[in-house]
Amino acid sequence: MMAWLMDFLDTLLATITDVLPIAAILFGFQLFVLRKNIRNLRQVLTGFVLVLLGLAFFLEGLEQALFPLGKLMAEQLTAPEFLGISGTAGDFESHWTNYLWVYLFAFAIGLSTTIAEPSLIAVAIKANQVSGGTVGTWGLRIAVAIGVAIGISLGAYRIVTGTPLHYYIITGYVVVLIQTVFCPKAIIALAYDSGGVTTSTVTVPLVAALGLGLSSTIPGRNPMLDGFGLIAFASLFPIMSVMGYAQLSERLARRAKTTQMRDKKCISN
Amino acid sequence: MVSPVNKLIQHFSKALMESIRDLAPIVVVIACFQLLVFRQPIPDLGGLLFGTLQVVIGLTLFIQGLKMGLFPIGESMAHDFASKGSVLWLVLFAFALGFGTTIAEPALIAISDEAARVAATGGMIKESVEEMQAYSDGLRFTVAISVGLAIVIGVIRIIKGWPIQYLIMGGYAGVVIMTGFAPPEIIGIAYDSGGVTTSTITVPLVTALGVGLASSIRGRNPMTDGFGLIAFASLTPMIFVMAYGMLL
Repeated sequence: MMAWLMDFLDTLLATITDVLPIAAILFGFQLFVLRKNIRNLRQVLTGFVLVLLGLAFFLEGLEQALFPLGKLMAEQLTAPEFLGISGTAGDFESHWTNYLWVYLFAFAIGLSTTIAEPSLIAVAIKANQVSGGTVGTWGLRIAVAIGVAIGISLGAYRIVTGTPLHYYIITGYVVVLIQTVFCPKAIIALAYDSGGVTTSTVTVPLVAALGLGLSSTIPGRNPMLDGFGLIAFASLFPIMSVMGYAQLSERLARRAKTTQMRDKKCISN
Repeated sequence: MVSPVNKLIQHFSKALMESIRDLAPIVVVIACFQLLVFRQPIPDLGGLLFGTLQVVIGLTLFIQGLKMGLFPIGESMAHDFASKGSVLWLVLFAFALGFGTTIAEPALIAISDEAARVAATGGMIKESVEEMQAYSDGLRFTVAISVGLAIVIGVIRIIKGWPIQYLIMGGYAGVVIMTGFAPPEIIGIAYDSGGVTTSTITVPLVTALGVGLASSIRGRNPMTDGFGLIAFASLTPMIFVMAYGMLL
């Protein structure tokens, strides 16, 4: 109990040091530039305290329970014995089925950690408010999570095959540009945002462990060069999946409308 | 009669249930892999449950604090800046917010130390502690400045009402061109640095700022114009980090 308390206080202190500069900027500008009292000051301050406490609990819990186990799994999955790579480089066959569990793990971890990502929850709440309920919080979060899941599995595949990172990213950009032309205008900014939002507290440590594990096990990969890039995948693919989600729901809505109109016509005839 | 305390408990338990639902997928994934793929018992089950409980409580408190503190202050400041009408101060605020939230970001510190190690092994800099520290600090500053600029560009876009896609396309073109010239060692780090800059506290604040601005300025739509600040903040670091890698 004592040990836990010390750990918790450490995390709390670290969170406070992270938040302090932000709070200083906010309150500094509020007092010296805007020269206005903060509306509902007590509520806002309580909110800040809750955010601090919440983040400290959140990080401490992840650090204690989920990260060690998740990282251990990433290591076990990428261990040479598990992947069937023997010590000599000669008989290494990069058959993709050997890695099926790795891809599946990458997909599942990407999906589940994104659902729990606090900053994505924040953006989803705001988007739901602003759109007057048209953008559902769960719809957006699941669309982003699927994007991250696909991104991380593809990123793992890239590390296994050793293809250069920028081929994938540039192709991804082209797809994003094409989708931008065809997708509903209202969703574009939100879709672009969802790329940057996804990768933070929960996703990054687990995904980094996976990338590092893969690139240090597979012969011919350099963890320094090939270990990076998974985060980039995880921030590119949600843009596509969110625009795809918007395109799909628009099409469905349009089809529903036309069938409705046809039905009406039938009735009136 | 429903007392306020009862109401509070009701509200809190509802929020708690939502957090449990948010976290359930991770627990299921980890449990399934451990039991079905590795066929091993879960080590230290008590510790795992206690940790998960903390995560649940933490997420609940954070979301509550978000709605009470971060969202309202972001929006009210955006509104006050808009009614003050001084673009200069708004731009300064935007830069300070972007720079200030990024420079101390732990994920960024981790990735720039990593980058310094890569640069040292790649022979781009000397393999000494001071050189690596200087390289890492320089990189951190570069990213923080680029995020500050990103928020500034994003805020100006909201004021002017420019469509976001042209700016983003320009940014993508910048990334692609820079990729052709940047040393290969830096590319992976540069691409990743875009994703790590936006932390759990920055995202809600910046989102509230953008949405607040777009709803305070006449003719702007909070949906089409209010979002997009984060997108800039994850794009500019890629360009700046590759530039940093080329110059050094």
